[in-house]
Amino acid sequence: MRDIPEVASDVAVKMAVEVAGLTLRNPVMPASGTFGYGAEFEPYLNLDGLGALVTKGLSLRPKAGNPTPRIAECSCGMLNAIGLQNIGIDAFVEEKVPFLKGVSTPVIANFFGNTLDEYIQVADKLEKIDVVTGVELNISCPNVKRGGIVFGTDPAAAAKVVSEVRRCLTKPLIVKLTPNVTDITVIARAVEEAGADIICCINTVTGMAVDIKSRRLSLANGTGGLSGPAIKPIALRMVHQVVNAVSVPVIGVGGIASAEDALEFLLLGAKAIQVGTANLVNPGTMGEIVVGMERFLAESGISDINDWIGSLHG
Amino acid sequence: MKNLKTVVLQNGEIADGYFRMAILAPGYTRAAQPGQFVMLRIQEQIQPLLRRPFGIYRAAAMPAQCSGLPEREFVELIYKVVGKGTTLMTTLKPGDSVELLGPLGEGFTIDSNINNHLLVGGGIGIVPLYMLAQQLCKRGDKVRLLMGGRSRDDILCISEFERLGVDVNIATEDGSLGETGLVTAVLERELLNFPQAGVYACGPMPMLSAVQAICCSAHVLLQVSLEALMACGIGACLGCVVPGREHSDDTPQYLCTCRQGPVFAAEDLAWPSRSNNDCHSGQGGK
Ligand SMILES: Cc1cc2nc3c(=O)[nH]c(=O)nc-3n(C[C@H](O)[C@H](O)[C@H](O)COP(=O)(O)OP(=O)(O)OC[C@H]3O[C@@H](n4cnc5c(N)ncnc54)[C@H](O)[C@@H]3O)c2cc1C
Ligand SMILES: Cc1cc2nc3c(=O)[nH]c(=O)nc-3n(C[C@H](O)[C@H](O)[C@H](O)COP(=O)(O)O)c2cc1C
Ligand code: FES
Repeated sequence: MRDIPEVASDVAVKMAVEVAGLTLRNPVMPASGTFGYGAEFEPYLNLDGLGALVTKGLSLRPKAGNPTPRIAECSCGMLNAIGLQNIGIDAFVEEKVPFLKGVSTPVIANFFGNTLDEYIQVADKLEKIDVVTGVELNISCPNVKRGGIVFGTDPAAAAKVVSEVRRCLTKPLIVKLTPNVTDITVIARAVEEAGADIICCINTVTGMAVDIKSRRLSLANGTGGLSGPAIKPIALRMVHQVVNAVSVPVIGVGGIASAEDALEFLLLGAKAIQVGTANLVNPGTMGEIVVGMERFLAESGISDINDWIGSLHG
Repeated sequence: MKNLKTVVLQNGEIADGYFRMAILAPGYTRAAQPGQFVMLRIQEQIQPLLRRPFGIYRAAAMPAQCSGLPEREFVELIYKVVGKGTTLMTTLKPGDSVELLGPLGEGFTIDSNINNHLLVGGGIGIVPLYMLAQQLCKRGDKVRLLMGGRSRDDILCISEFERLGVDVNIATEDGSLGETGLVTAVLERELLNFPQAGVYACGPMPMLSAVQAICCSAHVLLQVSLEALMACGIGACLGCVVPGREHSDDTPQYLCTCRQGPVFAAEDLAWPSRSNNDCHSGQGGK
């Protein structure tokens, strides 16, 4: 027989979580690249009500991004080939940091490079920006010095970039993994050993769309990254694998669009979650997710979200 | 700017393949500016996933009724059925729920030194021009609409413009309504009559390129309203960019259509005709 939980919706649920030195009001934060630099969402969302705020991926120099078309909708998801367009770390400091100073939520700066040296230089700069509480290293980028092999698909290259970046940083270091590998646990263990404080997975799944009217590929770049509800089962599988493979905390991301989705990832043992594509569909999504999780936990008689995290029945 | 969970008030076919939808939209009569758009979530399901962008045709209010219904503000969209989302929209009935994000983007800039205006529309490109005409006519300016389409079915809402006091020229490619030919030919002729006019255009890209070339050589100010694939409509995804004036393959420069547009001063954009650079001297920025 199933336990019927007490309905206790007036119970205040403790939503705060500690993730490797980051104290989060709740485990909900945006996924990089779907939230701009934060200010874009102010009209629709209380930024101070988020667990953290994650910026668009930053690089050493401004990046113009890929030619258009850059996006294509597909069944229950979308493909993007934005090409990591961003204003660069220096303009970030000048134009975006002043706004972020007014937000009480911890700011996590996502960043990337096309060479090891670029990664190191950006990490150096991020370490010195006060408003940046933590950093998120995107290793789903091609290494131009090594024939464009993506850092995050080779355990040795991934470990190398993580350990080099680690040396410039005292702030909590999140390493974000690509799902486009045969065994994500191999990469996860490699970056853990190299000094990652937190592992975040997954980035987008490489895909393609074709237009039969024009007989062309839908994206100018050819391939793109699949995101949205379509990838949630893949993300759940990989988060489950990584949680079991490493001892550092894991942030789950991929296809989360509702409180139920978020609770699934937490149940598997993710300490926090990120919301990406769903922000594009509805800029108020994360607020609704926080409220929905609280309600679910209260109704399930759970007064602290940490009691839910990782409570999957074996 | 907010996300309204609201309802459809009316939805019906106005010409072959074109529909008009009114949506309850408190606050829009004050907030909506000519040339702005909304992101419409057709239903709260994940298929289709993304919202669809639509220009605001009109924002107005229905007076209170003696039955007790209070005054109700609404926004009107006019849409062409082209794919999954717009086909689904045709099935919506009064009372059905939709979500409306908006009003979004930068609309038309009205220059108080210009009193003569040529509005150029191609097909569904008529949409953002109505509120513009409303504002310009209210100022007592001379406003002329040059409307083009493949056939008479593509010429929409003309009498509503005439009621505002707009002079209308129509050109259809098959000659089923108005002059036979392209609306750009009408524009070239009208610019001879109104050499000081400001020009505002919305329509398919080939039409906009032709309009740009004409306005450039006539040294008149042109604003264009663009369409682009959009995921968010609020500047977060950078999926909707268009090449800007300084753009080249080696040094790309992209502008964000949903945030910096959808209306742009033509001179801020990259155009196929190399003539763009030559006309900067004659044009001021938007
Ligand atoms: C600022 C702006 C204003 C617009 N105003 C109007 C309007 O007033 N009336 C109107 O009929 N249409 C307008 N459009 C175009 C309209 O958004 C598309 O026709 C619509 O999204 C097509 O959706 P679909 O699902 O039927 O087509 P599908 O082809 O099934 O859509 C697939 C994807 O492509 C996108 N897409 C397809 N065609 C276009 C297009 N031409 N422009 C942008 N995205 C497209 C869709 O949004 C969707 O993400 C506007 C577009 C923009 C950017
Ligand atoms: C438009 C877009 C831009 C993105 N840009 C970045 C980026 O700059 N850096 C990064 O690490 N991930 C980026 N991502 C990946 C997301 O952060 C996230 O990992 C992925 O979309 C899966 O989550 P979702 O299904 O909730 O969107 C981007 C995703 C999208 C859709
Ligand atoms: S549509 Fe997302 S940035 Fe313009």
